[in-house]
Amino acid sequence: MARAVTTQRKTINTIIAWAIGLLIFFPILWIIILSFKAEGDAIKTPIAVLTSGWTLENYGVVQERSDYAKHFFNSVILAFGSTILGLIIAVPAAWSMAFVPSKRTKDILLWMLSTKMLPAVGVLYPMYLIFIELGLLDTRVGLVVVLMLINLPIIVWMLYTYFREIPGEILEASRMDGASLREEILYVLTPMAIPGMASTVLLNVILAWNEAFWTLNLTAAKAAPLTAFIASYSSPEGLFYAKLSAASTMAIAPILIMGWFSQKQLVRGLTFGAVK
Amino acid sequence: MGRIQLKQVEKSFGDVTVIPPLDLEINDGEFVVFVGPSGCGKSTLLRLIAGLEDVSGGVIEIDGSDATSIPPAKRGLAMVFQSYALYPHMTVRKNIAFPLRMAKVSAEEQEKRISNAAEVLNLTPYLDRRPGQLSGGQRQRVAIGRAIVREPAAFLFDEPLSNLDAALRVGMRLEISELHKRLKTTMIYVTHDQVEAMTMADKIVVLQAGIIEQVGSPLELYHTPRNLFVAGFIGSPKMNFIEGAEAEKYDAHTIGVRPEHIDVSETEGPWRGTVGVSEHLGSDTFFHINGTGLADALTVRASGEVGLNRGDTIFLTPQADKIHRFDRQGLRIG
Repeated sequence: MARAVTTQRKTINTIIAWAIGLLIFFPILWIIILSFKAEGDAIKTPIAVLTSGWTLENYGVVQERSDYAKHFFNSVILAFGSTILGLIIAVPAAWSMAFVPSKRTKDILLWMLSTKMLPAVGVLYPMYLIFIELGLLDTRVGLVVVLMLINLPIIVWMLYTYFREIPGEILEASRMDGASLREEILYVLTPMAIPGMASTVLLNVILAWNEAFWTLNLTAAKAAPLTAFIASYSSPEGLFYAKLSAASTMAIAPILIMGWFSQKQLVRGLTFGAVK
Repeated sequence: MGRIQLKQVEKSFGDVTVIPPLDLEINDGEFVVFVGPSGCGKSTLLRLIAGLEDVSGGVIEIDGSDATSIPPAKRGLAMVFQSYALYPHMTVRKNIAFPLRMAKVSAEEQEKRISNAAEVLNLTPYLDRRPGQLSGGQRQRVAIGRAIVREPAAFLFDEPLSNLDAALRVGMRLEISELHKRLKTTMIYVTHDQVEAMTMADKIVVLQAGIIEQVGSPLELYHTPRNLFVAGFIGSPKMNFIEGAEAEKYDAHTIGVRPEHIDVSETEGPWRGTVGVSEHLGSDTFFHINGTGLADALTVRASGEVGLNRGDTIFLTPQADKIHRFDRQGLRIG
């Protein structure tokens, strides 16, 4: 009897979980479906959309009208560039916070996180002026720096929690063994923190890839990533749902595939420290 | 060479003084044990010598030159930690090679020293395993191997055996003593276990609250403890302390007699009491004697098995030349 209840409950839980999962995934699924529909069919009622014919025409048009490869390349540069730059700054920062904490370390961590609470548009004007002044507008270098700064608090926080898990005695042992600070971080700390670093990199690549506010406002043509590629299909030319959907699908596909293959690391990265 | 001198070395964390200024001299080749109860500052003192903590004052000299502000990597000392602190991502071979790699020792020389150390420590079959695949005793040996390959001026051991089970501990104790006999390198060893201190040390440093209570050979501390603390800390079971009228007979505020220096009789003796708990070790029997009117309970040691049961009346005779006398301040008289 008790066993029957458990099985029943399991089934119900599974159904609920799938329903929630599909609900969350539905917009993405719908975009993918629309991208294979003719422009006229895409604005019909959902049932009519599903029963109408399929076409690859949108992808052809999108590829013809805008340079996907260029935008893709920019996205890769921005996402990986900002993450690598962020790591270079965050590793020493997290090291010092985790292993030589001061009285104010917690406050600094909180203060760093608080910068994420600021609405980005609040600093758009000064940032824009700074970019003009420094000639960084529509440059990849400028955006790499901005995206790095935006994600830096998260990188530091994640690395900090990972580093805290590493026993300090092992680092002390490396010091006794004659390792300099650089060697200690390079040969002992980093290899031990690889799983943590991998999920940090993954999460930040995704965050940077998806970042739309700054990439849209600070680029025009040269440095525009895939977010700008999508946005170019939205307003001025009227409603082209199908083409917009095709552009979106092309933009999110790489990151979706990457996320799918690394979901284990991602979940670990996101819940690390929380589930102890 | 491994001569270490501490001159007026002190350490405080914020407002809390852990070690008030102290002087200590450790000679080349000596096996020195820092012993004391938890929180007495023995580990801190070791970490100051290692350079893992900065001194708040004073000078640390290694082989005559000031090492106070030299980073740990450059002091030429090797340390074995309580948690072993092996590098989990490296094989045993790479763990042992790490200090050599840092010192930029040539590959052949590395190989030579590693196989040497592995042989001495019986680690040869395990060289390609990771620390996670080893037992506690094997891990400890790897940690020691990592320390010996770099041929340091001195070895520092921070309670290296406290994570091992009792049988292994006795074995490793012997191995470390053997190692010291063979290498003749200075070793500084921190422990809270006075048995480890007594069995291994050339020189014991007894610490309490950051203060050195006494420095001497194990037998010096056993036979002539400088004060009540050392008298009570060295020796197992603990020395019996008696105050009051009985002590005054000996012109002292407190007298101390070790359990092994009290003769037991069923018929005669100056002190009389009843047997409480008995601990039978086979080779010896320890009796806890109540109702003597001298102290709460006295501990005595009898050789082998003695036919006394709980509640039996017992007579005790302290060996006159083995009685330790202490004054009101707890300092040794005579």
